[in-house]
Amino acid sequence: MSNPATLAATVAGADAIAAELGGPSGPRPRVTFSRRNIILYGTLIFAAIYYLIPLYVMVVTSLKGMPEIRLGNIFSPPIEITFEPWVKAWATACTGLNCDGLSRGFWNSVRITVPSVVLSIAIASVNGYALANWRFKGADLFFTILIFGAFIPYQVMIYPIVIMLREIGLYGSLTGLVIVHSIFGMPILTLLFRNYFSSLPEELFKAARVDGAGFWGIYLRIMLPMSLPIFVVAVILQVTGIWNDFLFGVVYTRPDTYPMTVQLNNIVNSTQGVKEYNVNMAATIITGLVPLAIYFISGKLFVRGIAAGAVKG
Amino acid sequence: MRFGFYRAALAASVAFCVSAPASATDLEVTHWWTSGGEAAAVAEFAKAFDATGNKWVDGAIAGSGDTARPIMISRITGGDPMGATQFNHGRQAEELVQEGLMRDLTDLATKEEWAKLINPPTLLQNCTLDGKIYCVPVNIHSWQWIWLSNKAFADAGVPVPTNWDEFVAAAPALEKAGKVPLALGKQAWQESGALNVLMAAIVGPETFLKVYKDKDETVAAGADIAKVFKAADDARKMAVNSNVQNWNEATAMVINGQAGGQIMGDWAQGEFQVAGQVAGKDYTCLPGLGLNAVIATGGDAFYFPKVDNADISAAQETLAHVMLSPETQVAFNLKKGSLPVRGDVDLTAANDCMKKGLEILAAGKTMQWTDELISPDTTQQMNDLMAEFFSTPTITPEDAQKRFAEIIAKAD
Amino acid sequence: MSAATRPSKLFKNLNAKIASIPMILTALCVFVGGTTWTVVYSFTDSKLLPRLRFVGIEQYERLWASQRWIVSIENLAIYGILSLVFSLVIGFLLAALLDQKIRFEDTFRTIFLYPFALSFIVTGLVWQWILNPQFGVQGIVRGLGWESFSFDPLYNADIVIYGIMIAGLWQGTGLVMCLMLAGLRGIDEDIWKAARVDGIPMWKTYLFIVIPMMRPVFITTLVIIASGIVKLYDLVVAQTGGGPGNASEVPAKYVYEFMFRAQNLGQGFAASTMMLLTVAIIVVPWAYLEFGRRR
Repeated sequence: MSNPATLAATVAGADAIAAELGGPSGPRPRVTFSRRNIILYGTLIFAAIYYLIPLYVMVVTSLKGMPEIRLGNIFSPPIEITFEPWVKAWATACTGLNCDGLSRGFWNSVRITVPSVVLSIAIASVNGYALANWRFKGADLFFTILIFGAFIPYQVMIYPIVIMLREIGLYGSLTGLVIVHSIFGMPILTLLFRNYFSSLPEELFKAARVDGAGFWGIYLRIMLPMSLPIFVVAVILQVTGIWNDFLFGVVYTRPDTYPMTVQLNNIVNSTQGVKEYNVNMAATIITGLVPLAIYFISGKLFVRGIAAGAVKG
Repeated sequence: MRFGFYRAALAASVAFCVSAPASATDLEVTHWWTSGGEAAAVAEFAKAFDATGNKWVDGAIAGSGDTARPIMISRITGGDPMGATQFNHGRQAEELVQEGLMRDLTDLATKEEWAKLINPPTLLQNCTLDGKIYCVPVNIHSWQWIWLSNKAFADAGVPVPTNWDEFVAAAPALEKAGKVPLALGKQAWQESGALNVLMAAIVGPETFLKVYKDKDETVAAGADIAKVFKAADDARKMAVNSNVQNWNEATAMVINGQAGGQIMGDWAQGEFQVAGQVAGKDYTCLPGLGLNAVIATGGDAFYFPKVDNADISAAQETLAHVMLSPETQVAFNLKKGSLPVRGDVDLTAANDCMKKGLEILAAGKTMQWTDELISPDTTQQMNDLMAEFFSTPTITPEDAQKRFAEIIAKAD
Repeated sequence: MSAATRPSKLFKNLNAKIASIPMILTALCVFVGGTTWTVVYSFTDSKLLPRLRFVGIEQYERLWASQRWIVSIENLAIYGILSLVFSLVIGFLLAALLDQKIRFEDTFRTIFLYPFALSFIVTGLVWQWILNPQFGVQGIVRGLGWESFSFDPLYNADIVIYGIMIAGLWQGTGLVMCLMLAGLRGIDEDIWKAARVDGIPMWKTYLFIVIPMMRPVFITTLVIIASGIVKLYDLVVAQTGGGPGNASEVPAKYVYEFMFRAQNLGQGFAASTMMLLTVAIIVVPWAYLEFGRRR
């Protein structure tokens, strides 16, 4: 891949695929004020406004001081912009005795999220691969159970899992939490991967078999390189889910490894008589920034990944 | 002051004896005290504990006991317990004790003669199961208060009421002045709390106990309790414009004069204090709603899960000791707005409202509260009923009372 | 399937079986084991801690006698059906609009997707605000002079479940849109060309050709949406706490509160057993048919 020519070819190829995946046929329509375009963009902008109102309220509120919030209405822009709520949410907000805001849990969240995302995706992708290409007797039964598992409310499983983790000696440890996240991410992810792998041309798989490649060989040398987009999709789903998790993070770990959402909860629910809405909003946005960044970075791949994965079921 | 110093020296020496000297042990303490006054109060415990050379590791989980409790239980049953944990004493932790997951503190209690110190004695009884002591009561909380905004009544041009009946009578004037007569957070526990306070105030402790202790459904369905539901109906009407959810938001309405009053436990006091308000001048408190000045002695207690580690065990004993020491009791309870669990401490720094509470306590006018009398399950059913009642004007007081009597009939 | 037809299939499948051990363990130990555990304890009078003291079907009798449980189920039914339909329709429409080779597609897509990044605690809080009658939308409109304007979905017991859905759709439709868009992107260009040559109107092409071709996408999406609906809890707690009264209660909240707040595990497990039983009746045969026969 270091060869510039190859790189260029790859990029060109990717562009070609992008063009091919680009939607209904025909030349790119001229952007004019045709009736069609007015309806099209009008609808999209109207929808976008609905989606953006809460974000607007959050941002505006987070930039106001408390007196202004009490006086003004929630939609009015700040008269005097202050970044103090952001500083407070990140660095000084108190939850109980600890007054170091969200920053306290940030690295814990990273430490929880990274291995959980990696492990859960590794397991689910192998599951999906086995289900799609190496189906063995009973595999469908296990997969059906897994899909059923997607519907179990997490809360019901808290105590059985406490008992299981206690018995294998992992209760209260980061490892235990990572396993729990892998377990609960498994149903949806396995579904995604299974659909993706079974949509890949079967000829590839057969050719590799003829060449004598085994289970792991095909997975590592053929399936993995071809399925980067679906891995991005899985990363987005898992990062969102695990980063925002509160329940598991707080039940299965100890205070020194609590994720950021615990602080978020403590800030949002912890009030000094009057709720500090500006700090609440700032804390909220800060907490959401990591998954948002993942969306921005991988937006294009996200769509193409799902396209390849879910299309042919 | 000399007395205080002597106490402190004694405390230090006892702490020195019970804890392993010179080994600073980290002790994780979980609690759900995160609001303004509460956080300031818990800091006093931490300060006193850290002064013994150990280290308080704070495990605060906001969202009151309901969010925090499953986490605490998971930790204890999962075999990775914290060093100490808050519970309301009463029946919440009963089963954890029965399962042998909590540490028996009887030896320490005997040595330090808790039985003599702790007043009223029912507090220690609530920590006792089969003759053994399992928890340290740290404060007395009483639900039976109404907090009135002097400003709201001044704005409305009526005198500050001295009891519930006057308050109800003043409601139209408050409404005319654009006030919400009764601030009430739209959460079930606040609504059923208000009902119980009304009950204790209107029919008195004896009937209250007949209902909740003896679970006498004929009393619950009777004429006395009908008066209570009538009063709850008044409260419902007065709180119709109270669009807040958390208790401290409702308290804030009283603090800034938007609302006439709030029925809430003495923990609301901490919020007035944080807002810089003075009892008697900015706000008025009426124990027992001004009708029946009896207070219930519920409150918070700390339990110490059983651990194998000797250092932690020692630190647990130190913490138990520190929590009951007179200085900590005073400092903690002044900030928390609750009453100390020992009668021998000097509370000259207490404000108007706390003094009222102390007088009632000294006069022995105490009663048991629902935490001690009914199971959390029954409490939940009460909460569901009252949530429905307070938000549905079409449920008549009579209907609600009928359903209440049914719950009592099946209560445990 | 290729592997299954080979003579030495036991050996060949060994690797696949070994690789599937985590999945099999999860399916059996966690999902089957945990569910069985829950069902067994639903017949006990467990309070704070799980204990095996059987009381027959007492917990179930009490469950079905509970007004709150009935309201919870009704709410879930209303919310579930409406939110499933709206999610799919809105998600598909947005995707179809974005698929018209529009400009700023990235921007629009990100706008529709961002709520998915925000946690439920937060989603509920913001909407609780916007829908607050005093300082939210109602307050603003009234401030503009329309005094009788009324919009207080979170404070009106009759419509509160729809108020929660407003926020739920805001939060969840972005992901549905992305899945749908991806599905649309996978439709062969030739299909569109052929449809155009035959003079089939666009909406007909979507309805009768494209959507049937997207069945697998709809199934993936359906599972994701439906599992989210059954587990609906955080959104309600963050916005209304189940209120006003019990008007916005949902089953998952009933389960959670009886388990932990009321310290009546038996009752919570009975409720969750009813939920899981319903899910099992619908999902298991369907999933087995859907995934078992293919390819």
